[in-house]
Amino acid sequence: MKEKEVVIEIVDLHKSFGSRNILNGIDLEVYRGETFVIMGGSGCGKSTLLRHMIGNLKPDSGKVMLLGDEITHHYGAQLDEVRKKIGMSFQSSALFDSMTVGENVNLPLKEHTKLEKSVIDIMVTMKLELVGLRGFENLMPSELSGGMKKRVGLARAIAMDPQIIFYDEPTAGLDPIVASVVDKLIIDLSKKLAITSVVVTHDMKSVMAIADRIAMLYQGKVLEVGSPDEIRGSKNEMVQQFINGRFDGPIKFFQQKDNYLESLTQ
Amino acid sequence: MKNPIESVGSTFIGLTNSVIGVLALFFNTICWIVLGPFRGKMASRQSVVWQMVFAGVQSLIIVFFISLFTGIVIAMQSAYQLKQLGAIVYVAPMVSISMARELGPVFTALVVAGRVGSAIAAELGTMKVSEQIEALETIALDPVRFLVVPRFIALVIMLPCLTILSDIIGILGGLIVGVFNLQINLYRYLTFSFDLLTLKDIYTGLFKSVVFGIVIAMVSCYVGLETRGGAEGVGKSTTLSVVISFILIVLFDCILTGLFYFSNI
Repeated sequence: MKEKEVVIEIVDLHKSFGSRNILNGIDLEVYRGETFVIMGGSGCGKSTLLRHMIGNLKPDSGKVMLLGDEITHHYGAQLDEVRKKIGMSFQSSALFDSMTVGENVNLPLKEHTKLEKSVIDIMVTMKLELVGLRGFENLMPSELSGGMKKRVGLARAIAMDPQIIFYDEPTAGLDPIVASVVDKLIIDLSKKLAITSVVVTHDMKSVMAIADRIAMLYQGKVLEVGSPDEIRGSKNEMVQQFINGRFDGPIKFFQQKDNYLESLTQ
Repeated sequence: MKNPIESVGSTFIGLTNSVIGVLALFFNTICWIVLGPFRGKMASRQSVVWQMVFAGVQSLIIVFFISLFTGIVIAMQSAYQLKQLGAIVYVAPMVSISMARELGPVFTALVVAGRVGSAIAAELGTMKVSEQIEALETIALDPVRFLVVPRFIALVIMLPCLTILSDIIGILGGLIVGVFNLQINLYRYLTFSFDLLTLKDIYTGLFKSVVFGIVIAMVSCYVGLETRGGAEGVGKSTTLSVVISFILIVLFDCILTGLFYFSNI
């Protein structure tokens, strides 16, 4: 088998906000063409990790290699060059609400390419067709439902034909049917366009449906990396508790039971 | 609880950081305006025009009324005093000079800070908390070039325009009182208005309005882009942008008046 090409490499990444350590030495590799899912409980640092991958946050130490470039110390124009090769779908869709659906999708093309308007229009139609929203070009984001916004956000993310797409909680807040539509889209896009996908989520159903490989994060560390089957059969108690959604287990929800009384009477 | 010294210290540090932040944003904006065209990365003309319409054209009505009534009030108040000296005709230059030097630029700036500055802070603040600013960065577009520069250009151009209008309307308001109430001859009123009004009165006023335009644009954009914490954060930013703009407008007015009329420049 051919050696897999590494497109994202993260080495010993540390990040803290104030006194809170969010990432405590993360090492990860993402290969070209795969769908890599980062899962973990709320506040385990998975969104923070994602923001390091796209260069929006800078680590305290460690490095991030994105498509062969070390972006840890990239700013401005240098970082923008790398960013043109990636797309990002946001948790809240983050559509520009002063622009129509069509303008949202054509913005990167208009700004970064010298294509004719007619060509851009065709490309926008194609991207919207891919997410099943052709004909919605002239609507404003406020006229769309949550699921449609997610899909427009996705169309915008793939506008520049990126090599990697990052998804931040793609199915959060969607009903089960729309969630599976979005899951199917993620799979389709990575197959049809041969795009590498990095997905951050805690939706277990979605994880098992889309993932080629899964990384489980806990308290800023990678607990385990493996295929969905490997994760399902994991011996790690924490992983088992998480994927089965159990209340009891090594991951405690209430972390400071002992000084509860003290803190009440203080 | 923090002790008093700590809170004074942290307030001071916060303030210093904000000042540095605003200056950095200003520098960044100027860089984009000056260097952008050479790199082929200008602010889009469409959005500059849009912002000019919003900041300028749509402020016309409020500026009109504020200036008209300001002019009327100054004329009435000064007439009351000047009548006792038998110098009623000096109502005319009183109105024209105070409008051109002070009231035109300052009132227009205050109105625009309240109407446009707050809208900018709210819009950018909402974009910030709903990840739209981050989305812009991720598609390799600089928020300063894309959002701040058009608003900056629009305010710096439109505020002096509105100020000119305000000066004229204010003088007109004074004229209404002068001609119809104080029975000063129209021709005499106009001659007195403009004979004593020097060019310096006008251009110092316009220079002030350019400075106020910069202040409003920078404060509201900076506050908007620094918004944190959801809907409440947006509300706070909106209020904060108006409060800071008002204080800085009056402060800069004071400094500039001192420079122009109480120093040897």
